[in-house]
Amino acid sequence: MSGANRISGWGRLTPAKTARFTFDGKSYTALEGDTVASALLANGVHLLGRSFKYHRPRGILSAGPEEPNALLDVSRDSARRQPNVRATVQEVFDGMVTASQNRWPSLAFDIGSVNDLMSPFFAAGFYYKTFMWPKKAWEKVYEPFIRKAAGLGEAPKEEDPDHYSNRFAHCDVLVVGAGVAGLSAALAAAKSGAKVFLVDEQPEVGGALHYDTGVKINGKDGFSWAQDVASELRAMANVTVLTRTTAFGYYNHNMLALCERVTDHKAKPGKEEPRERLWQVRAKRVILATGQIERHMVFENNDRPGVMLASAGRTFLNHFGVAVGSKVGVYTAHDSAYEAAFDLKRAGVSVAAIVDSREKPGDAVLAQARSMGIEVMTGHAVLTVGGKLRVNSMTVGRHAGGATRKISVDALLVSAGWTPSVHLFSQSRGKLRWDAETQRFLPGTYAQDALSVGACNGTDDLQATIEEALAAGELMAKATGAETAAKIEISGQAPFAWTGGMIGAAEGAGPDTTVKAFIDFQHDVCAKDIRLAVREGMQSIEHIKRFTTNGMASDQGKLSNMHGLAIAAEMLGKDIPQVGLTTFRQPYTPVTFGTIINHSRGELFDPARKTAIHPWAEAKGAEFEDVGNWKRAWYFPKAGEDMHAAVARECKTVRDVAGVFDASTLGKIEVVGPDAAKFLNLLYTNAWDTLKPGKCRYGIMTREDGFIYDDGVVGRMAEDRFHVTTTTGGAPRVLQHMEDYLQTEFPDLKVWLTSTTEQWAVIAVQGPKAREIIAPLVEGIDISNEAFPHMSVAEGKICGVPTRLFRMSFTGELGFEINVPADYGRAVWEAVWARAEPMGACPYGTETMHVLRAEKGYIIVGQDTDGTVTPDDASLGWAVSKKKPDFVGIRGLKRPDLVASGRKQLVGLLTKDPTVVLEEGAQVVADPNEPKPMTMLGHVTSSYWSSNLNRSIAMALIADGKNRNGKTLYVPMADRTIAVEVVTDMVFFDKEGGRLNV
Amino acid sequence: MSDLMQATRRSVLDGYHGGSAVARLTPAAPASRISLRAPAASLDALSGALGVTIPVKPKTSAAANGRHVLWIGPDEWLVIDENGADLVAEAAKSGVLHSAADVSHRNTAIIVSGRKVEEAINGSCSQDLSLAVFPVGACSRTLLGKAEVVLYRTAEDTFRVEVWRSFATFAFGLLDEAAKDAAL
Amino acid sequence: MLLIYCPYCEEERNELEFRNGGDAHIARPTNIADITDEEFEEYFFIRQNPKGLIFERWRHVHGCGKFFNAARDTVSDRFYMSYKAGEPKPDPATFLNTGNDKGASK
Repeated sequence: MSGANRISGWGRLTPAKTARFTFDGKSYTALEGDTVASALLANGVHLLGRSFKYHRPRGILSAGPEEPNALLDVSRDSARRQPNVRATVQEVFDGMVTASQNRWPSLAFDIGSVNDLMSPFFAAGFYYKTFMWPKKAWEKVYEPFIRKAAGLGEAPKEEDPDHYSNRFAHCDVLVVGAGVAGLSAALAAAKSGAKVFLVDEQPEVGGALHYDTGVKINGKDGFSWAQDVASELRAMANVTVLTRTTAFGYYNHNMLALCERVTDHKAKPGKEEPRERLWQVRAKRVILATGQIERHMVFENNDRPGVMLASAGRTFLNHFGVAVGSKVGVYTAHDSAYEAAFDLKRAGVSVAAIVDSREKPGDAVLAQARSMGIEVMTGHAVLTVGGKLRVNSMTVGRHAGGATRKISVDALLVSAGWTPSVHLFSQSRGKLRWDAETQRFLPGTYAQDALSVGACNGTDDLQATIEEALAAGELMAKATGAETAAKIEISGQAPFAWTGGMIGAAEGAGPDTTVKAFIDFQHDVCAKDIRLAVREGMQSIEHIKRFTTNGMASDQGKLSNMHGLAIAAEMLGKDIPQVGLTTFRQPYTPVTFGTIINHSRGELFDPARKTAIHPWAEAKGAEFEDVGNWKRAWYFPKAGEDMHAAVARECKTVRDVAGVFDASTLGKIEVVGPDAAKFLNLLYTNAWDTLKPGKCRYGIMTREDGFIYDDGVVGRMAEDRFHVTTTTGGAPRVLQHMEDYLQTEFPDLKVWLTSTTEQWAVIAVQGPKAREIIAPLVEGIDISNEAFPHMSVAEGKICGVPTRLFRMSFTGELGFEINVPADYGRAVWEAVWARAEPMGACPYGTETMHVLRAEKGYIIVGQDTDGTVTPDDASLGWAVSKKKPDFVGIRGLKRPDLVASGRKQLVGLLTKDPTVVLEEGAQVVADPNEPKPMTMLGHVTSSYWSSNLNRSIAMALIADGKNRNGKTLYVPMADRTIAVEVVTDMVFFDKEGGRLNV
Repeated sequence: MSDLMQATRRSVLDGYHGGSAVARLTPAAPASRISLRAPAASLDALSGALGVTIPVKPKTSAAANGRHVLWIGPDEWLVIDENGADLVAEAAKSGVLHSAADVSHRNTAIIVSGRKVEEAINGSCSQDLSLAVFPVGACSRTLLGKAEVVLYRTAEDTFRVEVWRSFATFAFGLLDEAAKDAAL
Repeated sequence: MLLIYCPYCEEERNELEFRNGGDAHIARPTNIADITDEEFEEYFFIRQNPKGLIFERWRHVHGCGKFFNAARDTVSDRFYMSYKAGEPKPDPATFLNTGNDKGASK
């Protein structure tokens, strides 16, 4: 038995196919194809949750994605749990566990509902007013209280075990919505030969045909016709039909984001199946056939469980075979709701009365109601409803305060008319226009290549919708170059032409400030709140929205917008278009984070760039650090060593014997062409025409503003070929910077740039024994000090493979950097290590590299500089050519502020206590006793323990640093103040540089 | 001593295999490659020296005897030689103005093949890969997720994906997930 | 996500392949070493950030690698045209007020 309220012979579900699920611990039986909402209603469950602010009992308002109330916690297992799932969208699968939210200790008895009694305290704008002051109370009292008392679901705590996927796609015509309009448009476009995407958020196509069973198309039942068209479209090679797929975002230049729900409706999803698939579709043309959403009536207690939209009542009955009550009232301002009464009556459900706020409903529906014996009360209003956990009566009268009649009902279907779903149109930045006659916003000026058809375009008549959609489909297909196809004939008949509709507060919304007549159920915003906002001076709808929270979050104008706007307009005495309209933002319905990030998880979150030598370092137990996307060996701890001990040992070993270092990540750019030297002259501060082939030089690159941008060693391989190196992190931006100047400022230069960072594995061998280590491996290059002095480069072979061998040093020791094609890197490294290890050398990592270079006072761009440091500030003025007529930065360096005295300059710092190692980033002051705020002179940029010097060393950017040699400054820390001495000579080790030239 | 040694070449994708029945992934065999840059006036001589007519139409390629010249930009080509020829030296024989930088080891390549090859690549690449827009022989530098790649369609159901070596495993992983998704 | 026409690739591509390069048609003074502080300020620092039409540089950084220029409306993000680096700045009269042909082709 799938619920006592299931009406035999009604609906489209198959009674034989059942699924079991639980709600708040109680087990229920559903039919395959049920939503959680239809299954619970079938079982007589109307109370599904508690509201956000007042903890009011709430039920099911709608049968679709606009649902503001019936938000549940849905899970398969402890990790696969999702809060705030709309019960009206979620399909039941066997074994599903659902639970209500925002209630304690139970849904029927919820302590938090005292908020409902305290509601004067929670008036609109209460966040802004009540909790402004004092600040401490906000953190300690108000916020924790609100977080506990107000809210919806609880976020899952475990890692999401599902996976998600992404697909980029292109099409000629994308049709959003597969109701009558969307199907017709898609068919016309597809038959013209265009590549068509048709997407719909529901499991089956049909849109309004799900409930509107009176409609016949081409002589068939409308819903059956829809399924037949979908089958026809699916069979066409040029068409992709996606159901359970929400077009949630319309972005620039016809890019739409779709979320396809792949497994959420399945009891046993396949292992390979993603839970959801994000589609990023670029369409040449877009057809919006998104339909319309029914509005509720605004009257007192209109949020009671059992009060729901008339179309929802029809959907539950006609599609799911579920009666929403046994004695149902209808309260409407629109003809469409009459059909709900007719359907219910035909299904054997008692209809209490149709209450119509209009004096003159449509003649046809009125006649039909009378002929079916249904009481119609025109010019009346439902002033309030009785019942708390479920509606049990409606109080009907002509006016508030007048004579009333109480009618018992167990469900009340409401309709204030229909709001065209212009969300995607609005997201596309189209301008809406106000149609005064029908009191609705409709697509006005398009910003992108799109067309709206059917209900979302304000076209009410069925046949007119079909004609409009067919024409749009053909037109859009033609616009993309498709051929015209045979004429398509579709004729539809609807039993009634609907009239009517109202927006704003109904009679029962009171002028009374205590009446709770809801316009935004999800945020507990009532008509009175909008009135209050206006009384408090809010004039613009944007302000009213933020003050009241009306239409925020997932509602985005679906249900609350028009009512809020109409009430505000009335209060302000303005026309609706003058009050304005808030922007409908993406996403149309909530999208999981999993879908948004899709493949970008775990190892695919970000590329982890590894060098050819990485596996060797990993096998040796190296610790790694991230430098940009690169994983670099940080240090190589031996058994029992911590980082400090390992680095101290590595530093000593390099200077005493030798070390081997993986420098492969250094950026490399091959600069080739007859104007190569001329180009480098323009891009670096140094002179390059004077550099002979076979030599290399340290170069500094400044930006046009004169600040250091990058540095590196540049080797001249031939007259017209340079091997440029950059910092590891700087490689892409340096190449971009060079290309920018080459292409746009110096386009006549005959020179080309190629990134070769990854072409070469680079093995640095540094230390007194460096030459002895590599000598037997090298072929074709005399590497003696005489033939191959410091700052030389040559091509030859090593281990039988080609090499560019640099004699250079970032340690201050005799050093070589062996460049070999990367696929040989590992083999050459191993050959070098086989020589180095027996001599007592060590592999070393980036930390040791940093210490050794600091011992020599070599800077690291980005650590010792920060984008405001000139070469002169870093004591690198020698690298700036005084002779060149031009280079990038030449003018910037002459700016008044860059030549002024007192600039922050890079100096060395030696702590008075040599065992104290400063903290990088620590501030430096002159007077430690100065009252706060103290005058900051600068900060420590680099600081290390130097095992070679047996003391700490540091570098710092200090105001007027070069004039402070020998002065004592102070580094105030939380627990102490450290005295330091300024040394303008940053070379702490081997000041003469003799070790380089052996 | 050096004549006793010959360093061995190790590709970053050695031993990798993956994908699905509708889009198989295989690492391409080692090849030699240059990034070729030249002005229009040099193209005839370079075409002669390389034995392939260098394409000048955007997104097109030319190939002969296992050598492929891919248009990357208006003055940039990626030349791939499956037989490992010394392309820098061959280009030099043209005697005309150009730049040839050896990128044989900078790039590696993944062959993606199967009837859903487009879907597999479109899992992380935003280009339109339909045959009408990206026909056999078409090539383009683009992005695969966060990795820059060069796509080269060698058959209706086969793409060669050229990628920098340190991005290769990342690109392989993305293609593998999408290839499996395409099989559903 | 923008769709940008690259005048070198002769094709529209996704914004992902491009990088914006700021205002176009700001030439680096050929005598830059000799210009005044005010001239340098004007050249290097001062930008208009217009609401509406802008001429801006783009680089097809993950495509052909080339810099080019484009005329775009900063409000609607509509691209009026893109053209190769070095080509003269087009006259807005040639592409503005050509009518809105979006949607309303109905």
